[in-house]
Amino acid sequence: MPKSSPAPAPVRLSVRKTYKLFIGGAFPRSESGRTYLVDGDNVALASRKDARNAVLAARKAQPKWAGATAYNRGQVLYRIAEMIEARRKEFSALGVAAPEVAAAIDRWVWYAGWSDKIAQVYGGANPVAGPYFNLSAPEPTGVVGVIAPASFLGLVSVIAPAIVTGNTVVVLAAGPQVAVTLAEVLATSDLPGGVVNILTGRAAETAPWLASHDDVNALDLTGIDDPELAADLERSAAGSLKRVIRPGRTDFRADPGLHPMTALLETKTVWHPKGF
Amino acid sequence: MTATLLPATDLRSFLRGLPGVDKVGVEARAAALGTRSVKTTAKAAAIDLAIRMVDLTTLEGADTAGKVRALSAKAMRPDPADPTCPSVAAICVYPAMVPVAAEVLSGSGVHLASVATAFPSGQAPLDVKLADTRDAVAAGADEIDMVISRGSFLSGRYDEVFDEIVAVQQAAGPAHLKVILETGELGTYDNVRRASWLAMLAGADFIKTSTGKVPVAATLPVTLVMLEAVRDFRARTGRQVGVKPAGGIRTTKDAIKYLVLINETVGDDWLHPDWFRFGASSLLNDLLMQRTKLTTGHYAGPDYFTLD
Amino acid sequence: MFAYAPAPESRSIVDLAPSYGLFIDGRFTDAHDSFKTVNPASEEVLAEVAAAGPEDVDRAVAAARRAFEPWSALPGAERAKYLFRIARIIQERARELAVLESLDNGKPIKESRDVDLPLVAAHFFYYAGWADKLAYAGFGADPRPLGVAAQVIPWNFPLLMLAWKIAPALAAGNTVVLKPAETTPLSALFFADICRQADLPPGVVNIITGAGDTGRLLVEHPDVNKVAFTGSTEVGRAIARSVAGTGKRVTLELGGKAANIVFDDAAIDQAVEGIVNGIFFNQGHVCCAGSRLLVQESAYDQVLDSLKRRMATLRVGDPLDKNTDIGAINSAAQLARIRELSEIGAAEGAERWSPPCELPAQGFWFAPTIFTGVTQAHRIAREEIFGPVLSVLTFRTPDEAVEKANNTPYGLSAGIWSEKGSLILAVADKLRAGVVWANTFNKFDPTSPFGGYKESGYGREGGRHGLEAYLA
Repeated sequence: MPKSSPAPAPVRLSVRKTYKLFIGGAFPRSESGRTYLVDGDNVALASRKDARNAVLAARKAQPKWAGATAYNRGQVLYRIAEMIEARRKEFSALGVAAPEVAAAIDRWVWYAGWSDKIAQVYGGANPVAGPYFNLSAPEPTGVVGVIAPASFLGLVSVIAPAIVTGNTVVVLAAGPQVAVTLAEVLATSDLPGGVVNILTGRAAETAPWLASHDDVNALDLTGIDDPELAADLERSAAGSLKRVIRPGRTDFRADPGLHPMTALLETKTVWHPKGF
Repeated sequence: MTATLLPATDLRSFLRGLPGVDKVGVEARAAALGTRSVKTTAKAAAIDLAIRMVDLTTLEGADTAGKVRALSAKAMRPDPADPTCPSVAAICVYPAMVPVAAEVLSGSGVHLASVATAFPSGQAPLDVKLADTRDAVAAGADEIDMVISRGSFLSGRYDEVFDEIVAVQQAAGPAHLKVILETGELGTYDNVRRASWLAMLAGADFIKTSTGKVPVAATLPVTLVMLEAVRDFRARTGRQVGVKPAGGIRTTKDAIKYLVLINETVGDDWLHPDWFRFGASSLLNDLLMQRTKLTTGHYAGPDYFTLD
Repeated sequence: MFAYAPAPESRSIVDLAPSYGLFIDGRFTDAHDSFKTVNPASEEVLAEVAAAGPEDVDRAVAAARRAFEPWSALPGAERAKYLFRIARIIQERARELAVLESLDNGKPIKESRDVDLPLVAAHFFYYAGWADKLAYAGFGADPRPLGVAAQVIPWNFPLLMLAWKIAPALAAGNTVVLKPAETTPLSALFFADICRQADLPPGVVNIITGAGDTGRLLVEHPDVNKVAFTGSTEVGRAIARSVAGTGKRVTLELGGKAANIVFDDAAIDQAVEGIVNGIFFNQGHVCCAGSRLLVQESAYDQVLDSLKRRMATLRVGDPLDKNTDIGAINSAAQLARIRELSEIGAAEGAERWSPPCELPAQGFWFAPTIFTGVTQAHRIAREEIFGPVLSVLTFRTPDEAVEKANNTPYGLSAGIWSEKGSLILAVADKLRAGVVWANTFNKFDPTSPFGGYKESGYGREGGRHGLEAYLA
C-alpha cells in the first residue's frame, strides 16, 4: 500500500467583520436595511432617517461635551491618538500607507493640544473706551454636518478640529472600511457616545438631508468634489443660515492653520461695568 | 416731620438681606467634605446612626394596605436576621395609608410621618390642604411633611408662603411639622437659603429638601446650605430646627457623606434622629448590606435582605 | 464631633532607595558630598542625597548644552510627544508621587493627591500641546528657544514647581538643569526616572541636588542662557544682581503678603472657606497665601465668629492620614521662623488665637493661628511668615481696602469677596497684584498665567504668557 501523504491542516475560517454605522456610541445597521458592496464586504448604506437619528444623537451629546473642561477634551483626543497608534497595522491592512497613518496620528495629537489654547489665541480682553470689563471668548457652534474626504488623513483632518472645541459631528464618510475602523477606535477612547457619528453610504444621497436640516448648525463640504453639488448644498444650507466650509482643502499634510477650528466657533463678548 | 415706621415684619427685605451663597464655593466645600474617609469603628457607628435616621418612605399611586404593612414591619425590624440592628426613625406615607401604618406601628416607637397639603405639587386651595393635614393627624400621624407653595415663593409672595405654613402648623396640632422646600424647583442656592429661613421663621420643626417627585432631589450642597441656615437660625433665635434631605440618597457612602456634613457644619447637636432624617427607601438595604459586611468581613448580596 | 478613625494612605507604594546621586546626561552619577532629607512629620531620615559641587554643576550645564542642539532641532511635534509621554507617566504614577511628596514635604496626602499631582500632569499636558504651535503663540512666526535654562525651585510645592519650570522650557526647545530645594529633593529625583521611562534624550533634563551654594553656582554659571527662580525675595534680589550685565534672561517668582479682602456683602460662608483655604492650605507655605485678612468693619463680628468656628474643625496631624487638613511644617528652620514672628506679633500687641489643637510630639508642627487687632504698622502685617498664621486688619470703604492692600512692597496675589460684580471688577482693576481671585482663592491652572508685581518678582508662569520666558 503506498504511504499516503499527511492530510493538510484544516483551513481556519475567518470571522468576517460586519460594517455598520456608528451612531450615539453604538453600531446599528441602517434603518433602511440596505447595504452596498465594498471589496466583497456588505457595508451599511445610510438613509436620510439614519442621518436624522445621527443628528439627534449629536445634539443630545453636545451640551455635555461642550461643558467638559478643555483639559478633559484634550485628553480624550490624545487617547484617540493612542488608540490609532495601537492599531496601525489594521489601517495599513486596509491600504492606508504607513506615513499617512503616522501623519493622521500626529494630526490628532496636534489637535488634542488645541483644546485648552484656542481660547487664548482666538479670544481675549478688549480695551473698550469706558469703565467696562469686556471679554471675547470662543464657543462651539453646536452640531456640524461633515462630508469627509476620501483619505484617512482627510477624514481625521475634518473630524478633529470640529470636536476639539466642543462641537459634535455627523460625518458622511467616503472610504467606509477605514471610517468604520476609526469608529471602533473612537468607541474605545473614552469619547462620549454621540460626539462623533459616522455614516457610510452615498454622500450625494444623504448630504442634502444634512444641508437642509434645521438642527444642524454648520456644514463642512471639504469632501465634495463636484462643484455643482457643493453649490446646491451651500444654497440649501442657507435655509437656516448654517456656517459653511466650502470645499478646497486637499493638502492635509500642510499646517491646517486655525480656520478649520474657527470656522466652527462663535465668539461671545461679555460686558460688565466696573466701579464702586 | 415724624419718622416713617416700616412694618415690623418686612419679610421680603429680611430674606433679601441674608448673605448670598456662592454656588461654586458651596459645591466645592461639599465635595471636599465628601472626601473624608470614615473607617472601621467610626463607619459602624455611622451606619447604625444612619439607619436610626431613615424615614422609610413609600409615596406611590400604587400603594396598598399590603405594601404599607410590609414597609411598617421592615421599619420596626429592618434585619430579621439580626436583632441588634436598630429600627428606623419613621415611615412616611400618603394620608390614605396612615390608618394602616398606625395599626402596625402602634407602641413600637417608630414615628408615623404623613405627607399632606396636596403633596407633591401643593397646587390646591388652602382649606383642602388644611383638611388633608387634620385628617392625617386624626388618623394617627405624629409627623406631617408639608410642601410650600413654590408658585407663591417664586413670584415673591413670601407672606403668603409664611401664612400658609403657620396655618398648617395650627392644623397639625401636636404633630411635628416638616416643611418641604422642593429645592429642585427653587433655582438657586440663594433661594434655598431664603426659603429655609422663611420656613423656620414660620415655625417649622424641620426643613426638608424635596418631595422626591421632581428630577432634582436632595444634594450635598443644598443640604449644606440648609445646615448653615439652621445653625445661623439657632444662633439668632435660640431655637433648634431639624434638617431632612430626601430623594436620591441611595448608598451608605452617600449617607455617611451627609453625616460628615452635619459633623463639620453644625456638630453633635444635630447628629441625632430628632434633628436629622434621611427621606429614603432603597438606602436602608444598602445600609444593612454594609452593616453586615463590617460584621462578617465579606461583601453581601441583595438576596440576603428583605425587599420590604 | 464624631471621630473618623485613622485612615492612613499606605506608604508601601513608594520604593525609596537609601541614597540618590545626581541625574546628569540621562544617568544617575555620584558626587563627593551628600546630605540627608527627612520626613518633617516624624524627623525620620528618608534618604541620603548627593550635594552637587562646582565640577558637578559644570558637567550638568555641559550636558544640557550638548543636548540643546539636537533637542531644539527636533520638530515641535516630536518634542510634544515626549512631553505627552511624561504627562501620561505622571498620571499613571500619580499615587506613588503624591505619597512621596507628602513624606518629603509634610503636606497632607489629600492635597498632594487632589491638588499637586493633578496639576503637575496637567502642566505637562498643556505645554506639550504648545511645542508644535509656537507660531501661534503671539511671539513671532518662528520663535526660537534660548538655550540652557538654570532653574532653582522651592520646597513648598516641589513637583509642581518643577512642572511649572520644566514643561514650558522643554516645549519651547530649551534644555534644563534644575536644582530642587534641599529639604525636598526626592520628587525631582523620581521625575528623573520618569524622564528615563519616557526615553527623553539624555541631557535634556538634568537634576542636581544641593543647597544654597549649588543654586548659586548654577545660576552664576557662564554657559547658562536663562535663569528661572522661585523662592524668597532676598535670594531673588541677589540673583537679579548677579545676572546684571550678562546676557542671561531671568524670571523670578518671589514672596508675597497678599490681602484677602472681605466686603460686608460677601457670601459669608464661602468667604470664610476662602480665608481658611487662603492661609491654611499647604500649611500656609504658599507665596500667594492670603496672609492678611482685610475685613470690612461692618462685617467684622460675623466674619470672625464664623472663621473661628470653622477653624475648630481643622485637623492637624499625620500627613499620610487621608483626613488630615494641615500637615507638618517643612523644616526646623521654618518652624523657628514662624514661632519667632508669632512671638513678635504678640509682643507688638496683636491678639493671638488658635483653636484647641493636639500636636504630635515628634516632627515640626504649628497650630493654625490668627492675630486680630493687627494694623499696617505691625511687622506681622508686612513680613512674610510663610506659615499657618493669619493677620486680621479692618477697613471701612473700598478705597481704604485698596489702599491697604497695595501698601506693601509685594504684589503677588489678592482676594476679593463680594456679591457685587461692579465692585469686584473695579477693585480688581486697582489692585497691584499679578493674580486676583474674586470669590475664590488659591486656584491654579496650567492655562492661567501666574506671577507678581513689584518685589514679588517678574515674569509669568502658565498660559500662553508662560512661553515668553523661554523664547528668544
